[in-house]
Amino acid sequence: MNAQPVADDYAVRMAGVSKQFGGVRALDDVSFDVAKGEIHALLGENGAGKSTILKILNGVHAPSAGTIEVLGAPLTEHTPDASRRAGIGMIFQEMSLISTLTVAQNIFLNHEIKTRAGFIDDKSAAARARGLFADLGVDINPSALVGDLSAGQRQLTEIVKAISQKVRVLILDEPTTALSGGEVGKLFAFLRRLKSEGVAIVYVSHRMEEITQIADRATILRDGRHVVTAPLSDLPLETMIEYIVGRRSRGFSDVVRSQVALGKPLLEVRNLCGPAKPDNLNLIVRAGEIVGIAGLLGSGRSAVARVLFGIDPRRSGEILINGAPVQIANPRDAIANGIALIPEDRLRQGVIVEHSVETNASLPIIDRLANAFFVSDTNADAAVDTQIAALRIKTASRDAAVRTLSGGNQQKVVIAKWLLTEPQILILDEPTAGIDIGSKAEIIALVRDLAKSGKAIIVISSELSELLTAADRLLIMVDGRVARDCPRSEFDDPDPSDDEGARLQYAERQLSKVLQQAHAHV
Amino acid sequence: MSNAPASPKGAVAAAPRFGLGNWRQYVIYVGFVAIFLIFAATLYDKGFLDPNNLLNIGRQTAMIAIMAVAMTFVLSAGEIDLSIGMVAGLASLTTAMAMDAWGLPAGVLAGLATGLVVGVVNGTLTTRVGIPSFLTTLAMMGIARGVAMWATQTKSVPILDDNYIAVFGGKDFFHFPVLLIWMVVVAVAGHVVLRKTTFGRRVLATGGSETAARYSGVDTASIKMRVLVISSMAACLAGMLYAGRLHSGRFQLGEGDELSVIAAAVLGGTSLFGGAGTVVGSIVGALMIGLINNGLLLMGLEYSEQLIARGVIIILAVALSPSRK
Repeated sequence: MNAQPVADDYAVRMAGVSKQFGGVRALDDVSFDVAKGEIHALLGENGAGKSTILKILNGVHAPSAGTIEVLGAPLTEHTPDASRRAGIGMIFQEMSLISTLTVAQNIFLNHEIKTRAGFIDDKSAAARARGLFADLGVDINPSALVGDLSAGQRQLTEIVKAISQKVRVLILDEPTTALSGGEVGKLFAFLRRLKSEGVAIVYVSHRMEEITQIADRATILRDGRHVVTAPLSDLPLETMIEYIVGRRSRGFSDVVRSQVALGKPLLEVRNLCGPAKPDNLNLIVRAGEIVGIAGLLGSGRSAVARVLFGIDPRRSGEILINGAPVQIANPRDAIANGIALIPEDRLRQGVIVEHSVETNASLPIIDRLANAFFVSDTNADAAVDTQIAALRIKTASRDAAVRTLSGGNQQKVVIAKWLLTEPQILILDEPTAGIDIGSKAEIIALVRDLAKSGKAIIVISSELSELLTAADRLLIMVDGRVARDCPRSEFDDPDPSDDEGARLQYAERQLSKVLQQAHAHV
Repeated sequence: MSNAPASPKGAVAAAPRFGLGNWRQYVIYVGFVAIFLIFAATLYDKGFLDPNNLLNIGRQTAMIAIMAVAMTFVLSAGEIDLSIGMVAGLASLTTAMAMDAWGLPAGVLAGLATGLVVGVVNGTLTTRVGIPSFLTTLAMMGIARGVAMWATQTKSVPILDDNYIAVFGGKDFFHFPVLLIWMVVVAVAGHVVLRKTTFGRRVLATGGSETAARYSGVDTASIKMRVLVISSMAACLAGMLYAGRLHSGRFQLGEGDELSVIAAAVLGGTSLFGGAGTVVGSIVGALMIGLINNGLLLMGLEYSEQLIARGVIIILAVALSPSRK
């Protein structure tokens, strides 16, 4: 490697850093150096360990092992305050700005400029902020209310706020998700200027084309391990994706994927548009078929589910069930039309954690279980017990609070709740998020069985192996649109290995490549 | 209090049925009995246990208890209603005035209509316009009081109809105060509706997690509308009972009751943050407040001392109860 900086040019040196969460090793002996005046991209899939590194730098987590040096001084105390004092600043997505205060008031929040009499001096603050903005070539009025700024201006204000506090190491985590194209250009010009002043910048993004534009070097992590650190010139896009995706092993390979006979189209979606996303979505799901939706964060995967289930309004387009157009204005309409949604956020949208398994599972169908207006405990007991047995839900009893169950079993309660509505169309959004690998495989096997019984199923997931195990067909979404619609078999190895796990890994690499490429071309 | 508060079916945060884990759920009942025994022992010679005194506690508490039953629904759905006290005063007047002009049935109808109108306004502002119920009902508090004072030039309106007075709380029925009959009827109805009907289940679901309830197909806006109407109707019933008891409608009736009512519900174990509520608990909470007021009075404490003692007792009870957070 030619352009390696010499030792005292480093702003951050992390050596042999490991982090253990309970039994899970989030980081394993990772070394990560950032030079002064460098924009260093930190890359990897979800769960690769990026955010753990950021949180250690930011003082939210203490490392289990390893050493950290910031600007030559060892960082021994691991609190957000100690990190700040060491000169590390992290930009959260508009998180630390107060929209009812002005830009200048925000920048100097908690270290206000005072007059001699001890009162806050807003005029000097505005003047000082104007100076900072001028130095950095940013055009924002310091007296404007933050609530009136565009997303891009807020992002720049965040960064200026950090810089005003003498930040020498700036961490940006997906800084462009809320920005328009023009604002991204301004942000990059601004980052280059900071770089020329010697600030070290750690840049995290899923958008590969941004990385190639802005970063000097990149470090790639996979499964908590360091894979490679190299100048961008040594990392063509293909190679970068290859390093990010790698080879891996997961526990889905024991799910049996038997062939399913497809029936007639159950769900048909024509030119569907939501509030922002999806954008002109077309989709057909047949009886017995599982369609997987892949896409990066913000691609509009979950928006599809929300519009189909009547939570987000439909702007235009048609939804047909069994060939007949239906109107879905709210979840009740969706349920009446035989649609069930197992939502993305289990604890917020899926269950009422303080209520019992039975109360939760019977909620969508209490009218059907009731005698006139009265809740029938006998009917509900019977219905819920059947599901507890069928899904093998591990719970003390049907009367135990959902809070007391493990994540996998909580998710099974959500599935039980929706199976009780006897849906023809089942949408699962991140059905195995935060669940251990054994339960994941069990839930996906269950989904396969449900398809076999003639239901039309949509699975949305950011876990590629899960999608490949579950789905018969895959949609790849980018910015609310379908970028690809292809059969699962397209990702099969033309020269298949005998080992199911190896075949799955191959397919996963293929899918990941397609996914990264689809995003790189936007 | 046999099976109500411990019943895990849907309501009070499902917890293990047995064991000490949920002892806090019973604090209100233990506290009620303890306070009763303390007063019985120390105030024995002052006539605390005299049947007339005990019935009086009931009479003084009935209106609070009736409103607390409705408040249980409002809080369980994750909302609040601050307008009840003033609305009770307003209803006492609309009833008295309509009865004066057009007779008994019109009076009763006017009282109930007041509740319906106020409830629908509160509900519409909260669910359709999106103003939090705290603010909607805070504003309604002033409006109800203002209307009551303006319509009568702050004068009281006498009620002379003996039938009205007999039915709405002014008399006893075979030595048993009619007010207590109203209280029992409302309590039983409230308990059954909250625990045994699909409506009650949806109220608890809405307050437990509005998002999850909506994702489950519950029309959460309609649920909130209905609990706010129930609350206003209960406030108006309470106002009509006040009017019957005092043989007149007055704008001051019910003044400050909203705080006693919310305290009663929370003392009883209903969560201020929704999702868990118990009608039986609210009734016991209301009776406990009545008991404390009566006991402190019999002890001969000055009004100022009563206020301090009552505040301390309520803080203790809530600090020990399960629904504090």
